[in-house]
Amino acid sequence: MAMIEIRNVSKWYGAFQVLKDCTSRVEKGEVVVVCGPSGSGKSTLIKTVNGLEPFQQGEIVVNGTSVGAAKTNLPKVRAQIGMVFQNFELFPHMSITDNLTLAQVKVLGRTREAAVEKGHKLLERVGLLNQKDKYPGQLSGGQQQRVAIARALSMDPIAMLFDEPTSALDPEMINEVLDVMVELAREGMTMMVVTHEMGFARKVAHRVVFMDHGQIVEDCTKDEFFGTPRSERAQAFLSKILHH
Amino acid sequence: MDWKIFLEQAPSGGMTYLGWLWSGLFWTLAVSACAWVLAFTVGSVVGIARTTPLAWARALGTAYVELFRNIPLLVQMFLWYFVMPEVIPKAWGDWLKQDMPNLLTLPFAAQFSLWEFTAAVLCLGLYTASRVAEQVRSGIQSLPRGQVAAGLAMGLTLPQVYRHVTLPMAYRIVIPPMTSEFLTIFKNSSTALTIGVLELTAQSRQISEYTFKTFEAFTAATLIYIVITMTVILLMRTLERRVAVPGYIAQGGGH
Amino acid sequence: MGGEFDWTVIWKYREALWDGMLTSLKLFAIALAGGIFFGTLLALARLSSWKALSLPAAGFVNLIRAIPFIMAIFWFYFLTPMIVSKFTGQQGEAVGPFTSAVVAFIMVESAYYSEIIRAGIQSIPRGQPAAAYALGMTYWQSMGHIVLPQAFRNMLPVMLTQAVILFQDTSLVYVVALKDFLGAASKAGQLTGRIVELYLFVAVVFFILCFAASWGVKRLQARLAVAR
Ligand SMILES: Nc1ncnc2c1ncn2[C@@H]1O[C@H](COP(=O)(O)OP(=O)(O)OP(=O)(O)O)[C@@H](O)[C@H]1O
Ligand SMILES: [Mg+2]
Repeated sequence: MAMIEIRNVSKWYGAFQVLKDCTSRVEKGEVVVVCGPSGSGKSTLIKTVNGLEPFQQGEIVVNGTSVGAAKTNLPKVRAQIGMVFQNFELFPHMSITDNLTLAQVKVLGRTREAAVEKGHKLLERVGLLNQKDKYPGQLSGGQQQRVAIARALSMDPIAMLFDEPTSALDPEMINEVLDVMVELAREGMTMMVVTHEMGFARKVAHRVVFMDHGQIVEDCTKDEFFGTPRSERAQAFLSKILHH
Repeated sequence: MDWKIFLEQAPSGGMTYLGWLWSGLFWTLAVSACAWVLAFTVGSVVGIARTTPLAWARALGTAYVELFRNIPLLVQMFLWYFVMPEVIPKAWGDWLKQDMPNLLTLPFAAQFSLWEFTAAVLCLGLYTASRVAEQVRSGIQSLPRGQVAAGLAMGLTLPQVYRHVTLPMAYRIVIPPMTSEFLTIFKNSSTALTIGVLELTAQSRQISEYTFKTFEAFTAATLIYIVITMTVILLMRTLERRVAVPGYIAQGGGH
Repeated sequence: MGGEFDWTVIWKYREALWDGMLTSLKLFAIALAGGIFFGTLLALARLSSWKALSLPAAGFVNLIRAIPFIMAIFWFYFLTPMIVSKFTGQQGEAVGPFTSAVVAFIMVESAYYSEIIRAGIQSIPRGQPAAAYALGMTYWQSMGHIVLPQAFRNMLPVMLTQAVILFQDTSLVYVVALKDFLGAASKAGQLTGRIVELYLFVAVVFFILCFAASWGVKRLQARLAVAR
């Protein structure tokens, strides 16, 4: 059974169809990179996986639970899936430590001590333990995104979703975040990553999903995607991305 | 519920209770309109004063705004009506209280005198002027500083720059909040009932006291307030679109 | 004309005036707390995607904001005893004028505060609640821990300014003959004929309190602007 199973998902904003009959899957321990032009529906698709975006047709099953079903306990599903956002979305009114412990305590019911211990261990891992008492606004973008990854990991997720985690960063900060993600991938974390960082895809992705106009145009292994036989649209996209 | 009550003859004014409501609405609008003109005039002067390079003018303007903003409207109403005639020279005070009411009889079954009306207008107008002044000031200050410099560089005097450059732009920015100030006066005018001006709220209470149809009386007045408010908001939207300067900041229509 | 003033009247009626001030302050504190509490609920209702919740909330807020404060006081002064006696079966007199005034003020202030709080909530980027949900938080956890604390922080100066306005508005209970600060002064004025001194005193006291409070808010605003 796949960790994330997306079956014939369609979504509309009023009359505008953002997702058109999308089908894909992410196996346990697999890293899937989602790419495609701006406005193609990548963010929308990845947000349907943990129910941040509702959808009208199709089915998404995460670890055996149907996300779209009315009786599904969404907070419970979300607590199992980590998510990292383009703009970090750390909580600016809380210290770094509190950012890492709030959901552990309130959602998982851990004690404050256990949560702090876990949080600090993860901060150490992303190399930011010395920043534990600062506020998000006092950190650089790259540091904030590493904290955001640590925050997601603090929930002991069974899978991680990334929505363009490096596209809001200055170029010199991109690698510090990618390094954390690569390490995570090598440890066997199940990951679905929206990104235009083709270097990252080459290094750790198992499969690549290419989207355009709300459709999944290609869904193939990394080697197939970067090899020759692929759709014109993906080719055009790749050449633009690689030679800009 | 008994809505026919409004068609019954009221005990005074030679009209029905509905007539009382209309009379109340008339005086609400009359007080509001006069006070608005006063607020606009005084508020403009005070607001402009606060942007001039003259330190004493700025200080006076600031003092005005702080004074009128930090005393409750109702207290100001009492200051104008009860206190002012006692602290000015006695002859003037007596004239206000005794002779002014006889200057003319107010129309439309007013049941109060020109002096109550004047005090209400003064109070509401000068109070609201402090709010208008702040709008005018921030309107002027939101203009790029280069505008004044450009005007002066062309050889215009400072008053000329105000007249031809600063104010025409500032007022276009200020007109939308200015119309909403009318709504503020319109609602605040009900405080005038405390000095005997029988405006809409007072009339509805009077009807309730005479007929015990409180629900009907209050509902009628409330509906009238809502209709007027919505009308003014619609007019305001139209006006805003009219005065928008093409291509200039957030004026709804875009570039 | 200064010679005709008799300022001792204020000292003579100090207890009544102080009691009046306490009534004003009590009304202010209750209306402020209630206004912010119910204002928050109203704001959440208005922002709800559930029409059965958002439409009545919007209707209530716009209705209250369209009528004069005094009209609203009259309304709740009339309705509160009626509704209470309907539920408890007691006579209308069971509800004192202070309770009716409190209800009126809480209702009106919650409408005004809901607009401020709604703007505050809308000023928080959508990514913030999304991040909270993504961590498994419920609607109330996301609101309580993430959105509202930030919204209140952003809105603090505006909310305090509104509090100063509310304090001034408490004087409007004069219209239902409640003895607040202004009411007490008015009563003393009727007994002694010294309304000039008493009303001037009321004006000066209000001015000092409100001016100091506004100044404090301005200072706070400047500090927050730097901190950001
Ligand atoms: N709330 C909304 N209402 C209407 N349309 C929306 C809404 N959110 C997104 N869209 C539209 O849906 C489409 C897909 O948006 P989405 O954010 O998923 O694109 P994306 O592939 O993530 O693009 P980007 O690379 O710019 O992040 C876009 O055309 C966008 O304009
Ligand atoms: Mg996106």
